[in-house]
Amino acid sequence: MAIEEQNKKNKFIDPDLEKREILSPDGEIIKIDPMKDYFCDAKPKVHEPANKVIEKFLNWSRANSLWVLAFGTGCGSIEIPSLMTSRFDANRFGVQMRPTPRQSSVFIISGYLAVKTLKRVIRSYEQMQEPRYVVALGSCTVNGGMYYDSYNTINRLDYYIPVDVYVAGCMPRPEAMLAGFNKLKERIKAGRAEGANEYAEKFDWYKANQKKIIKDWNMPDYNW
Amino acid sequence: MEQILQDIGKQFKITDIVKKRDNLNFITCEKEQTISLITYLRDIKGFSHFVLLSVVDWIEDGVFQLVYFLNNPDKKIDIGIRTMISRENATMTSAHHLWEQIATYQRELKEMYGIDFPGSPRVDESFILEGWDDIPPMRREFDTKKYSEENFFPREGRETNDPEEYMKKKLYPDEEK
Amino acid sequence: MKKNSKLIWTPDRSKFPEQNSDGSLDVDLASQKYVKVWQGPNHPGVTGNMSLELTICGDEIVQAKTHVGYLHRGFEKLIERRKFIQGFTTCIRMCVAEPDTNEYNFSRCVEELSGIEVPEMANWLRALALEMARLQMLLRIVPGQGNTTGLGLGVQWGVYLRDLILDRFEELTGGRVYHMYITPGGVRGLLPDGFKQRMEDALKKIDEFIVDITKLMYNNAVFKKRTVGVGYLDPAWIDKFGVVGPNARAAGFKRDVRKDYPYLIYDKLDYEPFTATDSDIYTRSLVRREDLRTTVELIRQIMAKMPKTGNIRAQTPNVLHWKIPKGETYVRCESSRGEYGYYMVTDGSEFPRRVNLRGPSYVHAVSLLEKLLVGANIADVSSMMVSLGTCPPEIER
Repeated sequence: MAIEEQNKKNKFIDPDLEKREILSPDGEIIKIDPMKDYFCDAKPKVHEPANKVIEKFLNWSRANSLWVLAFGTGCGSIEIPSLMTSRFDANRFGVQMRPTPRQSSVFIISGYLAVKTLKRVIRSYEQMQEPRYVVALGSCTVNGGMYYDSYNTINRLDYYIPVDVYVAGCMPRPEAMLAGFNKLKERIKAGRAEGANEYAEKFDWYKANQKKIIKDWNMPDYNW
Repeated sequence: MEQILQDIGKQFKITDIVKKRDNLNFITCEKEQTISLITYLRDIKGFSHFVLLSVVDWIEDGVFQLVYFLNNPDKKIDIGIRTMISRENATMTSAHHLWEQIATYQRELKEMYGIDFPGSPRVDESFILEGWDDIPPMRREFDTKKYSEENFFPREGRETNDPEEYMKKKLYPDEEK
Repeated sequence: MKKNSKLIWTPDRSKFPEQNSDGSLDVDLASQKYVKVWQGPNHPGVTGNMSLELTICGDEIVQAKTHVGYLHRGFEKLIERRKFIQGFTTCIRMCVAEPDTNEYNFSRCVEELSGIEVPEMANWLRALALEMARLQMLLRIVPGQGNTTGLGLGVQWGVYLRDLILDRFEELTGGRVYHMYITPGGVRGLLPDGFKQRMEDALKKIDEFIVDITKLMYNNAVFKKRTVGVGYLDPAWIDKFGVVGPNARAAGFKRDVRKDYPYLIYDKLDYEPFTATDSDIYTRSLVRREDLRTTVELIRQIMAKMPKTGNIRAQTPNVLHWKIPKGETYVRCESSRGEYGYYMVTDGSEFPRRVNLRGPSYVHAVSLLEKLLVGANIADVSSMMVSLGTCPPEIER
């Protein structure tokens, strides 16, 4: 769908995202179309595995440097400091925290997701470089957990972004998270962690699900 | 505390005095007098700490009960001032000029209950929800379970048991109902 | 600490635009003098999942707006759908970092409204659980203050010691983070064998930690330079904004719910809350360190004075048919961030009519932070947020 049409259909329009002209300090007039200028409008693509041997080597190296996006989306993030410091020390598994989505390959969804956060999560997820993996913590990402009847938290995370590993519990202990990371490594090495490709394949379905609950949709359909 | 209640009674029309603890009282006041009563308590009686602004939805009576909770840090006493406002077109006089944090409470109540506080700063901006287009969610008539089932793709296979029935079945399976 | 008026930095607000009466500000973004920057929700310098919308001029903040709601789960709505015994497992998730204060407040509301008297042994165990919760929270906040200025070592120590306290919680309650130990009517169990000895071992390490963190952080020249005189909270603002707890104590107000409105067995304990007057980030951090010392002392006192054994549960009605007569109450206790209150209304049915939480961050992180940040340097934002004790889940519930 063209971005203009989508903006028209949208009930909540962000004035920052409208077309406008601004005067630069040199007196030049610059035309700005934020939806086109700020965002990439190419659809995500499915990446076919290259060569069997090369892909195996790539997967091995991907599995051993899991860089995690430091975005505490829910209450599970209270155990992340314990996980990263001396006692449980996830660094020895090649897991480390990065502040920006551009550098990270693993997204930890730490627990329930409010609708407002889900929008930011999708945005961060699409900014991450492929291949990207999602580890979902807590019962609330599986089926809503104790918030199954809440009006503001989602029930199933795999309807909005593809999930590779679920770690159940409320909240999961750091040992369980370590086990989850090891499981993720196994999956990557076996070439089964294809979440990013799945997202590209079923892109329209994911977008439709996301749009169903995010009413304030002031972002473009394509990734950026 | 008794002295303060007597003093209030002389100047304002208060009803329904409930003494909960030695240092905690609830009084009911008319809608028009509420803000002046709060100002009086703050300036004359030393209730300088504003604790809480809360709402109870009495849907069967058709009223919202607003509760302003004040605290006197020197005498260490609390007072809760209840006032009833109609559920239809609920509006209340804003008290944002008395304490700074009241504006935040009023923003939340506007969003969660639909109670309007004309003149309160940024009261129309969304505070917690984003792009909400249903009735305000904290009202009693809003069914959160139904909303969740309609919108959030519940995972099939969840069983919900009534605890009483379930325990009866588990513990005394032979017993007839 | 002596008050040094030279160090207290008051920003020059003359060049900033005046605020309108409704709090809005006419900032001409097109003039290229101001830039709008979002800090959060995905940002390492923000405590928890919240965001700040900052308008900056150079590196000074002209306007700050707090945006919350990223953690909203609708607890107050959910509790209206839960029975009293179900509600208490739900409400503890309202503040993730320190859940025991929620358990205690909810239980006390239910007990007060249904007229249940809790046995004394249960009160001692409750106080122990509350102090342990405060201890593990302070072990996160105290070194966390250093982390915001780039001192990451303290966090490693603090989290290690916090894990020791969580181990003790695991022994006592079976849970690491969510304990569900304080139930309506009492507590769930007595102390396990040898608990006091193992607790004492952990407390000794925390005593050493306090000495070490003083050398590492409080005497550190960089840390002092970044925090002394920054984020000054005017004592006149304490009542105007409803500031409570350590932030008020750092401004010279002796506000401590444990002293002012003694609950549980706090009137049998001997301690004095620490107050200071400088009211900047450094002092607030200092107050938290002294709180840590007090808490360790209190846990020792509780363990020494506590009766050996006793009844830990009062007689409660059948929890499946627990109807509470119509009434309302407000209870408060002291969390690590200040007064933590619950307002509960019952209507005679099996479900609570309304439960409202009064969290200290509701005031500190929304209206107060927005005012404090004006004129501050953008590098001090995260220091300020940590020093105010921001905890987003209790703002939006």
